[in-house]
Amino acid sequence: MTTGAAGPGRGVEVRLDDLQRRYGNATALAGLTLTLAPGELVALLGPSGCGKTTALRLLAGLEEPDSGRVVVDGVDVTNVPANRRDIGMVFQAYSLFPHMSAMRNVEFGMQLHDVGPAERRKRAGDMLELVGLSAHAHKYAHQMSGGQQQRVALARALAIEPKVLLLDEPLSALDAKVRSRLRDEIRRVQLEVGTTTLFVTHDQEEALAIADRVGVMNAGRLEQLGPPTTIYSRPATPFVAEFVGLTNRLAGVVKDGEVDVRGARLPLVKPDTPNGPAIALVRPEAVSLVVDGDMVPGPLIGTVIATAFLGATSRITVDMGDGTVLAQMPTSEAGALSAGTRVRLALRKDPVLIARDESKPTEA
Amino acid sequence: MTAPLPDTTYVSGRGSGSTAIAAAGRPIAGSRRLSLTWVGLVPFFIYTGLFLFLPTLIIVVGSLTTKDGAFTTANFSGIAQSYLVKAFGASITISAASAAIGAIGGALLAYAVATGNPRGILRRTVTSASGVFAQFGGVTLAFAFIATVGYTGVVYLFLKDHGLDFYPKGVWLYDLPGLILIYTYFQIPLMLIVFLPALDGIRPQWREATESLGGGTWHYWRYVAGPLLAPSFLGCTLLLFANSFSAYATAAALITQGGVIVPLQIANLLTSETGRAAPGLAKSLALAMIVVVLVVTTLYTLLQRRTSQWVR
Amino acid sequence: MTRSRRFKLQLFRITIFIVLGAFFLVPIGAMLEFSTRGNAINAPRNLDAWKNIVQTPDLVSAITASLELAVITCLAMLVLLLPTMVWVRLRFPQLNRAIEFICLIPLTVPAIALVVGMVPIYRWININLSDSILTLAFAYLILVLPYSYRALDAGLSAIDLKTLSEAARSLGARWGTVMLRVVVPNMSSAILNASLISVALVLGEFTFANLLAYENLQVAINYVSLVDAGTSIAVAVAALLFAFALLMILSFVGRPPVPVAKAEDADFELGKTVSLSGGLVGRAR
Repeated sequence: MTTGAAGPGRGVEVRLDDLQRRYGNATALAGLTLTLAPGELVALLGPSGCGKTTALRLLAGLEEPDSGRVVVDGVDVTNVPANRRDIGMVFQAYSLFPHMSAMRNVEFGMQLHDVGPAERRKRAGDMLELVGLSAHAHKYAHQMSGGQQQRVALARALAIEPKVLLLDEPLSALDAKVRSRLRDEIRRVQLEVGTTTLFVTHDQEEALAIADRVGVMNAGRLEQLGPPTTIYSRPATPFVAEFVGLTNRLAGVVKDGEVDVRGARLPLVKPDTPNGPAIALVRPEAVSLVVDGDMVPGPLIGTVIATAFLGATSRITVDMGDGTVLAQMPTSEAGALSAGTRVRLALRKDPVLIARDESKPTEA
Repeated sequence: MTAPLPDTTYVSGRGSGSTAIAAAGRPIAGSRRLSLTWVGLVPFFIYTGLFLFLPTLIIVVGSLTTKDGAFTTANFSGIAQSYLVKAFGASITISAASAAIGAIGGALLAYAVATGNPRGILRRTVTSASGVFAQFGGVTLAFAFIATVGYTGVVYLFLKDHGLDFYPKGVWLYDLPGLILIYTYFQIPLMLIVFLPALDGIRPQWREATESLGGGTWHYWRYVAGPLLAPSFLGCTLLLFANSFSAYATAAALITQGGVIVPLQIANLLTSETGRAAPGLAKSLALAMIVVVLVVTTLYTLLQRRTSQWVR
Repeated sequence: MTRSRRFKLQLFRITIFIVLGAFFLVPIGAMLEFSTRGNAINAPRNLDAWKNIVQTPDLVSAITASLELAVITCLAMLVLLLPTMVWVRLRFPQLNRAIEFICLIPLTVPAIALVVGMVPIYRWININLSDSILTLAFAYLILVLPYSYRALDAGLSAIDLKTLSEAARSLGARWGTVMLRVVVPNMSSAILNASLISVALVLGEFTFANLLAYENLQVAINYVSLVDAGTSIAVAVAALLFAFALLMILSFVGRPPVPVAKAEDADFELGKTVSLSGGLVGRAR
């Protein structure tokens, strides 16, 4: 395979159909249904134990589902063993064969597929070039950095021209700087070869940055599946709202399809929420701060206790007397704010979600 | 010599407490302790000198001299006598066979342990018991097998009663096959102890990576686990070889007559009871044994080092 | 791992454990069986062989001698090795490797070879010092050197010896006090390790004693077996179980405390300790 020939559009459709898997008494997957479009990169995001890795391993054939089906390119592969599924996999770490050079590692899969020596050396060279490691082809795993090892692992997985590429937290063992660079690198390569890809991670930033669509998982279920922007700005469930991005938990009262938060009336994502006290989940970006002459004490008046400069935006922590609220606004507008400034909250009238569990403490 | 602080404290604690005295005491205390520090190592070096290096020296010098102290290589040519060559052959056969059986058995056991729960009680028990059994040997071990598969042993009698007589042509327990069987008893646990770390270093990802690349169990063992474990396996087998090559007590308890293997020959040459006492020859045999064991354990160390580079 | 492979693996493991378990336990059971046999055919089981132990003077004196040797060797090991190792770490760190090398030499010199060089030395000792069996302790100290070095080394590595001793010295402690009140209490489990393995090795020792013509426990067992197999096997079992108990204590209790998260490493460490020393377990036989 030359990288050009692979090209976009080579990907196949992958369908996970109501997959269930239990380990003893623990349910790892409680019926997962997910379809990846050809060439698409879907990131499964969730806390540890949410079932995302199980989903990936079921797709790889490394585990068997209790029920449900795995369909790749229209073929039911549920009972096909891992080594005949044609699925490339990149593991969390340490997956390179330590007694083989980078080159031999990449060649190995092709050797198993009976590709001739000359051909596989050429292809392995191409793959290493694709991941930018041509100069390190002769090196062994213990002579390479963690990031380089993962690039070789990616090259090795892609060298067999797999129908599907699986990435199992490939960046979690790397340090922050390498992580974001390699993340972009993986995305570039994936777009270049066009292989349908499932990327499993617990890092929301990673998932939002790399994926065409993100699936947020919790307790063996898919909570929401959608483009990163939707996941972030229109979380479908309280879990998604809280797991992805920062969220203020503000006490309020639901009444007739709206929620009253400190006197501000906000629309609800689910207007059929029953009336009564509730916790509204409000993104920091939906909170802006106003400084004007009229600072009569009231439910929307607070005092800045900290400001954090994040670049284009700043994050401001406001003490409301009965708790704190996070606001995020353009740095240009936040310039006048410093610790001790009296401010008035202005809540954007975006639809908000109501938290499931009211006993949970505020985690702003 | 650094760290004068303790002495300062010491001097001022005893003296008037004046700092002047303490400061003045420094160089004196320092130079006095220079000799004392060396004194601290003297017992160790005297003792190891007398009971480790001197015996080694006696072996080396004695193997190269006649009874009158003249230089000779006759003792080494003495090894070429047929009964000693035969003993070396038997020693090597026994050591190789028990090392091979022990290595395979121990590796299988280690694999069974390594694939279980790493914190489990089973693993803990097996590793602890192996530490114990690997140390087990000598007279007691010989007796254990005599009581088991000897001519009046419980297992032999039981099987004979049920129609299986494994001594159709006489008892082989007191001969080479018996020694091999008995040595296996401490070789398998030793193998477990030395080989388990290598198996623990094998990561499950390597098998899964092989599978996802299209390989089956055979490919995994042929191209991945096999080559990875081979140096360690070989090294450990060599260690087992050295282990049984050096063993004396078990054989001495089992075989009361003659000198089937080299250690028994050395013992015969040392004690004059057989009328063949030849200290010079005994020393050259001892030296030959030391050289064999040294070479083998050096190879073991080199092979282990190679594995530790891969498997961490 | 897929289910069918997991099943096959479990089957393999169970088979291995049963087969090897039998191989290792049956001989010990057989010794117990043998030592309780009656004299005549179909005679009822009895404990005569066990009772005979105390009525055989040779055995009693050999047992006493071996126990005395075990204690002497153990104490001599601690008195010689511990201060030297502490001293080297504090004052001659550059000699650390050399001391380690010396202590591990006995692993590559088979006991049967070493004893050849010891014969003339012991002849001199017998003539000029004493012909007591307790002089065997000189040789046994060499025998236990590698094993106790490893155990003590592990203990010393676990404490910050330099800081501890400097702190004690700055408070006015003399070196003897530092050793007894600071070093020893902080590495009690390493000392226990080193002592247990020394005792176990001495109790099982045959080669030195036999070829230097002393009658220790193992030599006596071998000798008595020619006359009364039942009794000698009874002693052998007793000595064996005693040594097993010591070594089991060693491997379960005696290892240095490790954090729970490191439990895996602890197993590995145990393996390593024994494996490096494993070099030549043959010493004991």
